[in-house]
Amino acid sequence: MNDSSSSSRARLEIIAIAVIATLLIVVIPVLNAQGVISNFHLNLWGKYLCYALLAISVDLLWGHTGLLSLGQALFFALGGYMHGMYLMRMIGDLGQHKQPIPDFLVFLGWTKLPAFWEPFDSFGFALAMVFVLPGIVALIFGFLAFRSRIKGVYFSILTQALTYAGALIFFRNNTLMGGNNGFTDFKFILGFDFRDPATPRWLFIATAVTLLLVFLGCRWLHTTKFGLVQRAVRDGENRVLFSGYASAHYKLFVFVLAAIIAAVGGALYVPQVGIINPSEMTPDKSLEAVVWVAVGGRATLIGPIIGAISVNALKSWATRAIPDLWLVLLGGLFILVVLFLPGGLVSLPKRLAPLWQKFRRPSAPAAESAGKAAKQ
Amino acid sequence: MKFLLRLFCALACSLTLSHAFAAEDETPRQTLARAILAENAATKRTILGSLVGRADEEVGELLVAWRQDALFIYTTPDNTRIPVRLIGPADAAGTHAAVRVIDGEPLTDAAGAPLRLDKGDLESVDHNANLRRAMKAVLDLIDLGAALPAKRIQAIKTIGQSQDAEKLPAIQARLEIETDKNAIVALREARALIMLKSAKDEDRLEALRELKEVHTLSSTDFIKGALSDAQRRNHTQLTNAARAALNAVDLHRAKVDFFGTLFRSLSLGSILLIVALGLAITFGLMGVINMAHGEMIAIGAYTTYVVQNIFGSGLALSPFGISLSLPGINSSGWVYQSYFIVALPLSFLCAAFVGILLERSVIQFLYRRPLESLLATWGVSLILQQILRLTFGANNVQVSSPIYLSGNWTVNDILFGWNRVFVICFAGLIVFGVYLVLTRTSLGLLIRAVMQNRGMAACMGVRTTRVNMLTFGLGSGLAGLAGAFLSQIGNVGPSLGQSYIVDSFMVVVVGGVGNLVGTVISGLGIGSLDQFIQQYSPALASAFATVPFVGGFLQNLAQDSAVFGKILVLCGIILFLQWRPAGLFVTRTRSLD
Repeated sequence: MNDSSSSSRARLEIIAIAVIATLLIVVIPVLNAQGVISNFHLNLWGKYLCYALLAISVDLLWGHTGLLSLGQALFFALGGYMHGMYLMRMIGDLGQHKQPIPDFLVFLGWTKLPAFWEPFDSFGFALAMVFVLPGIVALIFGFLAFRSRIKGVYFSILTQALTYAGALIFFRNNTLMGGNNGFTDFKFILGFDFRDPATPRWLFIATAVTLLLVFLGCRWLHTTKFGLVQRAVRDGENRVLFSGYASAHYKLFVFVLAAIIAAVGGALYVPQVGIINPSEMTPDKSLEAVVWVAVGGRATLIGPIIGAISVNALKSWATRAIPDLWLVLLGGLFILVVLFLPGGLVSLPKRLAPLWQKFRRPSAPAAESAGKAAKQ
Repeated sequence: MKFLLRLFCALACSLTLSHAFAAEDETPRQTLARAILAENAATKRTILGSLVGRADEEVGELLVAWRQDALFIYTTPDNTRIPVRLIGPADAAGTHAAVRVIDGEPLTDAAGAPLRLDKGDLESVDHNANLRRAMKAVLDLIDLGAALPAKRIQAIKTIGQSQDAEKLPAIQARLEIETDKNAIVALREARALIMLKSAKDEDRLEALRELKEVHTLSSTDFIKGALSDAQRRNHTQLTNAARAALNAVDLHRAKVDFFGTLFRSLSLGSILLIVALGLAITFGLMGVINMAHGEMIAIGAYTTYVVQNIFGSGLALSPFGISLSLPGINSSGWVYQSYFIVALPLSFLCAAFVGILLERSVIQFLYRRPLESLLATWGVSLILQQILRLTFGANNVQVSSPIYLSGNWTVNDILFGWNRVFVICFAGLIVFGVYLVLTRTSLGLLIRAVMQNRGMAACMGVRTTRVNMLTFGLGSGLAGLAGAFLSQIGNVGPSLGQSYIVDSFMVVVVGGVGNLVGTVISGLGIGSLDQFIQQYSPALASAFATVPFVGGFLQNLAQDSAVFGKILVLCGIILFLQWRPAGLFVTRTRSLD
């Protein structure tokens, strides 16, 4: 009985995923093309989906491996910057200074493109760098951190410092990455003009497809032995070690994987939002992503997506309606969720079920008697 | 009679003439009096000339009075002529009180009663264009004789940098009577700088030798100029002398930089230490990293701000649309200056109160979930920041330092700011105080017991919840104290805590959990590392430039020494943790998490 219920549940899940995926990948873009959904809202939802990718990367670490990384915003922004460099090159000489190099370089007195910018003329190279650079940073940092068995709060603090250091580097003008203002005013992507409404639509579709693939990939990983070890590391790392598993290797793999997922999210985020600057890689942004996961539900994969979308929808509303109190709301929400709803929104049905039962029980006999009365 | 007088005067003149340059033991006032009494204008001018570089402010005032015809000569009944200055308003009889030029004492008659004089009865001290020119020469260099050494040194430096050969005699004259050590160095520098411009090579050589001896930082550019000049002329001797002087200055500069950096390291380390101390205690006890610790710092700083305004003219606040005005006691002088002394305990208490509130309302439910308590306290930090922003405004507020914290000492060109010296001393005091609390009080005993083994302590009847509350209060209060200091050093704004929080986390991580000695060492260590890297980042940059692949990037990065310092410190910490993963001092335990 148990078997059949779980298999029917799995079937239900697959159907739900298929429905949502179709909705995101086909229905919404079509509705947008028909003019039912405005470009603004499509864009907003595209942004939410990118945040959902970031949330999945946080969940992969925090929810499934027990590593609270406050460095995911760094990887997200790094991915964004790598893609942003390509987009900056695609502006060509249409910038304000009408020079063949990006405006901020002209402003800094450069007449020639710095050497490390040159390969970014190619989309393929930029795409590769979206994976490679955050991957390498995560690999080096993770190797050092896990080798010396830094864990728990220590790991969080160090990743926070890493993000902070990254932001410091990118805030400098001399890093030649746009400094304070970052990259903006993009014109073309792969030859398509951003002003054409079809471009954001295809970007939205690409984001939705990526999210679906990442989600399915993580779901699959969850079912493998690797996923089992991953959860074992979370629940009792010492026992995993004593069982002969090199937990550091598992953690390192997850850390690099999560960094790449975040970076892909960032790379998709930049063309849709149209700007990337160092304020995206502050530790606060990482913590905000952790809030999404906590609100949605840790270690559930679907929870982070729900959390990212709902908290950001709330943010979009609150920053316009009550701008002064938005941070208080966010902080309060976080405290409440941590204190009273550790399972997040996803656990809400389960928690409400007993209440529902209690509500049902006294009314059930009444209904029966009513039925009897009707019979008679 | 008249003839006799004239004879006496002539005699006096000849005497003064012969003594015109041999009057070192004379006070400047006496010299001035002598000039006034001198018979002919030429002698007067000569004597006035000897005042250059010696005259102080009082003499300057008298010279101005002379120019404005306010000096007179009073002839006593026994025919002694006394130069006087009339002061104060005229009374009914048209007479003024008079003071003697020679010593500034009131003029008295034989019986010792003050004399009042009428302008009409007195011989006025006249002046002509030449005399006025001589006076101007004295007045132009009057600061050379200023009573305050700092003012004097400033004047000397200005003269030295102008390299005006005409002022050399004044410098020389001042050098002979100067007693202040720093002023003597400045005078020697000024003399050498002026001589450096001389046309004669011997003078220049002499000047360079002198500059080598005094090796002042301000002479660098001049020596460099002389060096390039000598090289252009292929003058070996001068080139060598200039090189030697330049080396001496550079050596001195290196020393000043080193010790200055050491002092700044100590002060930054002390700040980090005070900030991290509270964090280390709460972390050590509860395993909770309190992300709202930075806001406790801000609360302390804002408490200082409020206390300052209450001592001043009051404060009007409008938190959440409610207008609230705190009355000020409008004090001034020392009462106002003492506001900081009052603010210190208050900032401790305010932050401790908020900390206890936070512990009771949120943290006590999360002791078994340290990672989540980190997140919940971040939520608290957001709320507190926003409350501060809504209460005090998003902009920085102005906290003025009391005068006993806003000066500095300069020893051997190294600047010691009083506020930083104070921070260092107070950090020492606080560490000692915390040490006493932890080792000599019953609360300290309980804190240590709970830190070592919470379960066992609870079994022995320790009320761990109460200990938690008080410890959290102590930790937060220390953060508040840190905030009070930071208000004296940097800006006070709603996000004040954020700029220190990452660094203080690092201090705790490196120091090891709940260990006072570890926190002290790592606080000072990280502070020094940061400051020294900042100071020497150009040198480091060229060393790093040879690293493959990222060499160019590192060299570019080193242009911003502050950022470079922070990043290298972070790398250093990560590498350090490879060696000691649990920090400097580890609390050994048999439990396996």
